[in-house]
Amino acid sequence: MAQITLSKLAHSYFPKPRGEQDFALKEMDHVWQDGGAYALLGSSGCGKTTLLNIISGLLKPSQGRVLFGDRDVTDAETSERNIAQVFQFPVVYDTMTVRDNLAFPLRNRGMDAAYIKARVNQIAAMIGMDAMLDRKARGLTADAKQKISLGRGMVREDVNAILFDEPLTVIDPHMKWELRTQLKQLHREFGHTMIYVTHDQTEALTFADKVVVMYDGRVVQMGTPEDLFERPAHTFVGYFIGSPGMNLLPADIRGDTAYVQGAPVPLGASYAPIAGKSQIGIRPEYAVLTRGDGLPITIRRVEDVGRHRIIRGEVAGTSVNVIAPEGMAVDTTLTHVRFTPDRINVYADDWRVEGGAA
Amino acid sequence: MDKTQNNKAWFLVLPVLVIVAFSAIIPLMTVVNYSVNDTFGNNEFFLVGLEWFEEMVTSSRLHEALGRQILFSAIILAIEVPLGIYIALNMPKKGFWASVCLVLMSLPLLIPFNVVGTIWQIFGRVDIGLLGHYLSKIGIDYNYTNDPLDAWITVIVMDVWHWTSLVALLCYAGLQSIPNAYYQAARVDQASRWSVFRYIELPKMAGVLLIAILLRFMDSFMIYTEPFVVTGGGPGNSTTFLSIDLVKMAIGQFDLGPAAAFSLMYFLVILLVSWVFYTVMTNLDKEEGK
Repeated sequence: MAQITLSKLAHSYFPKPRGEQDFALKEMDHVWQDGGAYALLGSSGCGKTTLLNIISGLLKPSQGRVLFGDRDVTDAETSERNIAQVFQFPVVYDTMTVRDNLAFPLRNRGMDAAYIKARVNQIAAMIGMDAMLDRKARGLTADAKQKISLGRGMVREDVNAILFDEPLTVIDPHMKWELRTQLKQLHREFGHTMIYVTHDQTEALTFADKVVVMYDGRVVQMGTPEDLFERPAHTFVGYFIGSPGMNLLPADIRGDTAYVQGAPVPLGASYAPIAGKSQIGIRPEYAVLTRGDGLPITIRRVEDVGRHRIIRGEVAGTSVNVIAPEGMAVDTTLTHVRFTPDRINVYADDWRVEGGAA
Repeated sequence: MDKTQNNKAWFLVLPVLVIVAFSAIIPLMTVVNYSVNDTFGNNEFFLVGLEWFEEMVTSSRLHEALGRQILFSAIILAIEVPLGIYIALNMPKKGFWASVCLVLMSLPLLIPFNVVGTIWQIFGRVDIGLLGHYLSKIGIDYNYTNDPLDAWITVIVMDVWHWTSLVALLCYAGLQSIPNAYYQAARVDQASRWSVFRYIELPKMAGVLLIAILLRFMDSFMIYTEPFVVTGGGPGNSTTFLSIDLVKMAIGQFDLGPAAAFSLMYFLVILLVSWVFYTVMTNLDKEEGK
């Protein structure tokens, strides 16, 4: 097990990248703590899988170094890195039995037969396949196959890290939840560094201690689920995390007040003047409908999602969502929306600005 | 639901029936007819029952030809299948060179059989052939018209040259269908090159490989043109395979009865082997779908 350091890492699929737009992964410096449970979250094509494959050594980065502990492994083969990886679609060795599939990584490393037997039984019990151990893997259902892949990923105890590349895509929702819980438990038990790639925020937030949000080949924020929720470092994080995402309104920032088309919105902190595009961001959870206090809102639609209601409206030509708690009556007398001042984040050119004392 | 009954619909089947009758049933039945008749000329035939079949089953000439045929098919399968797999494994997976390889590999397959025979017939000649001339120049006593072993080597090398591409191309197609994740997983699992072949590539190739073996078996078992052009079945009878012998018997000696019995048995052997292959293949599929 080791701490993983990415130093000045960047990758392009073009042999001779001409500019930043050719890079699938823009230059980054990051440290992944030993034993951490990380989720790599981002929409399709943002470079998550590229980053994962660089860490596992399936892909050689165009520039920069990858370090495991103090050892530079940039040029090391995947097998040397002692990494486990589970792929999006199940990879099983069809002609082998389930048992042989699980034992395969151990046998290839010349482990002792008695140890292999015990370990395989343990893993099989964990993924709930102990009854099928002597069956051929060919012809099993997709989720059974993916469970075998997961099992094969976890069978080695001494791995530096276990990487998951959207492993639960093919699994049905009920089983998804169960496997995710098991992964979490496994992490607590063995303390492997785990990196979990997903585009599903629920999956990321429930699995990880630290969520790494990627956008357009860049890591835009690395933080706890709470950080991502309360203090999104980039407007993309605000928009991507949360359901619905953060409301963003173009505003002029003057000290501790934002002006949305001239209407003042009090802020929780004081900000230096901002050059370029300035916006305020507020989560729908921290917006309240009022009868005259705050900004005027035009309500377009009310969606009842059970636990609460989502009000889709428009403020100054920009769509704004508000979450109304259960039991609160929503009627036509509610014409304005008020934002909780200390929950408002301020963005300059899409990046969050830290405010000073009000 | 009520079925519409209209007997005129039978007319729609008629064209197919006519084509199949003329292309398969009538010729086959003519052969069956010959196999149970004998003639002393004047187009007068009389029934001899299974006499020709008995004669053919016990004929040492046919036994020898069958032996040579089986040996020939076994040798070329033993060479072409592993060689084809080996070539497929080493062909570039994509890009410019993949296309170049594909074109080069398909070239031998596009050459007409008798042309292949002629190419090798000339290529191997000691007096003017490039191969034969230089082999004898460096002191190797090579002459396919005199020496049975040389004749066999020539015929086998020719077949390998002509048909290995087929096996290679089919295997290549099988290999191309393997998702990259399998190779990546194998690298993560630290699988050896042999394990990758044994547990990933071979199982994925199994289906097409079986078809390749079936095609190569049937083709080689019925081979006629190429060895006939190169060696004419000689020296002696050493490269007289079943088809060559059959043609000699039917057209050379005009023994229509024995030749007909012979060809029917020949047909049944090929049918039997194809059936075995078919059964194995469908069982494989069934296992897959389980």
